[in-house]
Amino acid sequence: MPVLDRGLPIDDRWTDLADDQEIPAEGAIIVSLERWRAERDALTARRDAIGVRLKSNQLATELAADLGALSLVALEFPKFRDGRAFSAARELRERFDYKGEIRAFGHIIPDQYLFLTRVGVDTVVVPADRVGPAWAHALKEISVAFQPALGREDGTSVLRRHLKGTVPA
Amino acid sequence: MLVKAKGTQQSVAASRLLDGEAVWLGAGNIWVEDVALAAVFDGADAIAEALAFAKAEEKRQIVVDVYPLDVEITDQGTRPTHLRERLKGIGPTVRRDLGKQARQPAA
Amino acid sequence: MTEMTGPTPMPDTHSPAIRSNQPADAHAAVYRYDEFDKTFIFERVEQFRAQVERRLKGEITEEEFKPIRLMNGLYLQLHAYMLRVAVPYGMLSSTQVRRLARIARVYDKGYGHFTTRQNIQFNWPKLEDVPTILRELAEVDMHAIQTSGNCIRNVTTDQFCGAAADELVDPRVYAEILRQWSTLHPEFTYLPRKFKIAITGSPNDRAAVQVHDIGLIAKKDEVTGRVGFTVYVGGGQGRTPYLAVKARDFVPVEEIIGYLEAILRVYNQLGRRDNIYKARIKITVNEMGADKFIGLIEEEYARLPRQKFYVDPAIVDAIQTHFAPPPWLDLPAVSDSFEAAKQADPAFARWTRTNLTAHRTPGYAIATISLKPIGGIPGDIEADQMETVADLADLYSFGEVRVTHEQNLVLAHVRQDDLYPLWQALDAVGLGTANAGLISDIIACPGLDYCALANTRSIPVAQRIAERFSDLDRQHDLGELKIKISGCINACGHHHVGHIGILGVDKKGDEFFQILLGGDAGTNAALGEIVGPGFDYDGIIDAVETVVNTFVKLRQPGEIFIQTLARTGHAPFKEALYARA
Repeated sequence: MPVLDRGLPIDDRWTDLADDQEIPAEGAIIVSLERWRAERDALTARRDAIGVRLKSNQLATELAADLGALSLVALEFPKFRDGRAFSAARELRERFDYKGEIRAFGHIIPDQYLFLTRVGVDTVVVPADRVGPAWAHALKEISVAFQPALGREDGTSVLRRHLKGTVPA
Repeated sequence: MLVKAKGTQQSVAASRLLDGEAVWLGAGNIWVEDVALAAVFDGADAIAEALAFAKAEEKRQIVVDVYPLDVEITDQGTRPTHLRERLKGIGPTVRRDLGKQARQPAA
Repeated sequence: MTEMTGPTPMPDTHSPAIRSNQPADAHAAVYRYDEFDKTFIFERVEQFRAQVERRLKGEITEEEFKPIRLMNGLYLQLHAYMLRVAVPYGMLSSTQVRRLARIARVYDKGYGHFTTRQNIQFNWPKLEDVPTILRELAEVDMHAIQTSGNCIRNVTTDQFCGAAADELVDPRVYAEILRQWSTLHPEFTYLPRKFKIAITGSPNDRAAVQVHDIGLIAKKDEVTGRVGFTVYVGGGQGRTPYLAVKARDFVPVEEIIGYLEAILRVYNQLGRRDNIYKARIKITVNEMGADKFIGLIEEEYARLPRQKFYVDPAIVDAIQTHFAPPPWLDLPAVSDSFEAAKQADPAFARWTRTNLTAHRTPGYAIATISLKPIGGIPGDIEADQMETVADLADLYSFGEVRVTHEQNLVLAHVRQDDLYPLWQALDAVGLGTANAGLISDIIACPGLDYCALANTRSIPVAQRIAERFSDLDRQHDLGELKIKISGCINACGHHHVGHIGILGVDKKGDEFFQILLGGDAGTNAALGEIVGPGFDYDGIIDAVETVVNTFVKLRQPGEIFIQTLARTGHAPFKEALYARA
């Protein structure tokens, strides 16, 4: 499925592996949390990058001790209304200081995209029939925010803009 | 609250997407604004077929909130058995000047 | 930053703005948008316009569109769409009231409905018109953002804020900070369920904070003089009512956002998402146990980067300027003309007994405009009436109007000298009913007359109770008595906290009504208890009268209903209701 970064499809190096799929010798792969735990040694023995998928009921704390070994954490939206991954992303960035890629997948609508980027998500997996200009547009619709950003950018104090008159990115 | 339709005679209600007007599936699969003109579907197969059409209309951006409701046939036309559905066919009872009741003689 | 800085010359007339070059509502305590806010709000309107277009083209499904429209205040109800417009903490300028009147007239059916959450609803908008309506609102610094949906809703507060004699801090400043902080919060916009915050600046809680997801009660540390909040969490009404538990006795104002972030973070991760009826934070708190939940909040709070959420006192000061007190005059505490008018006109005197509240400034009073005329629809107001209220606000109350959670309006700064002409003008348009706090000042949800979720009607029950007790002298004799009616278990009519609560239930297709006694939304918050089997549509009015007559029989001099009930218990009321059956 297409992967979007900053609203546009990118060439994606990652292979998302189901639990019953064999681990390839080479290439960046994403596995479930359960598989990561069961096969950690084999997975870390590979040369290539590893990512782990979290279901929406799996908290970021589950991965706290492992983040150093992971180049990507993928957060699932089983339904777009299930907003737990927004907190998971923020926990990864803010609490665990995770610097790798955070990816959102599952049922996501463009109208959530700006929020995702603001809690620290880098890339979004989108079904092919849903790729369109709405995604890039969604990042530009609202140019101002009332909270400090939690992802790539940072703010100093909530509502600080009232004094500076600045517009956070 | 929406009451689950259980009877053998049912109609199909919805709201028009553009303006939210309450409508019912009428004869010839035309949406009608008067519940008295709602088509009555008899038996599970007919009801399922009508619902399938209505759901397809939802996908075509014609209506939203499609559901079946129990009705009876009276001399004045189709009459919902449940209070909620009867009120939907009339308008607010506390404002007789508003809603469907203000436009047409009471059924 | 704001237009309201700098000293204001003391006016020499009771309608200062008219004499000066300022608009008549220049001193109305509403938050006035700066360039940043304006950019935001107009972008938001255009975003919704594009979302509606995508919906009409079929690019998003109704399932996906529904939360989007809800977060812009748009419901689909029984007869039509319904647009709920936010009235932040209940404050309106006369300019805004006139715009609401215009929207009612042009895009709706000539009226609006004020709600228990201090908002206003329009019952008949067309989907295709809504982006344009939102634009009209944006032009007067208003919006419908987060008046619905599983997000942080409009923050509610005490309707007498900034005027009440008993106030410690002005809650509007913090309510506005919370409004901004919660607006399109990236992390907390897809919560398990809706989330309501109430805030009061007085020890006398007029905002029912303990029946909210989070309740904040202002507190001043007597020793240090520091201002902060006692934080309550996990209250709510609905099908499983709970009073909130105290999470912290004191959170300094500058840390309040950080603390709320911690609460919301815990709730967003651990609140139930498998069952809509168990998804509110009150259920999380009670299933987990308050101690454990509060422990998780404290852990989260301890590790948050607090400086990021620090509320800079300079920001508080900047927002405070929007709520600066209007230029009150130096007046004698007693107005001769007011006293004379009360002597001369018993109907006016009666109104002053129920619809006035003490103002902190000598010579002024807080006036409640009842939206509960006998036989009327609680909270409804015609466009013409809105304009009259706006005009009267300009003349007599610095162009400011407030909405109360009891579905009335308030003019907060009226000179006592002006009360008589104010009341006469109100009375002339049906807004002068002397019943604030009395048996006919009923809270009622829209019920099955409008609402798609309701089981029964509630408005006609309110109307018939008011008509049964239409004799105002009888109402005044009964004293304070709060009836609250909900047409279903979701409790939008606050029946759990009515002195007499009425809950509509569907009994095999017929409307039935249960009576609850002993609820209280005030400082001594309490949930009412169901007294026994329900009554039918006609019987409920008789039953209410039976309860009231029982109170009259039992009361001791000076007692109001809730006091008698507390003294006697429910037994005599039960007996009166069911013995004769």
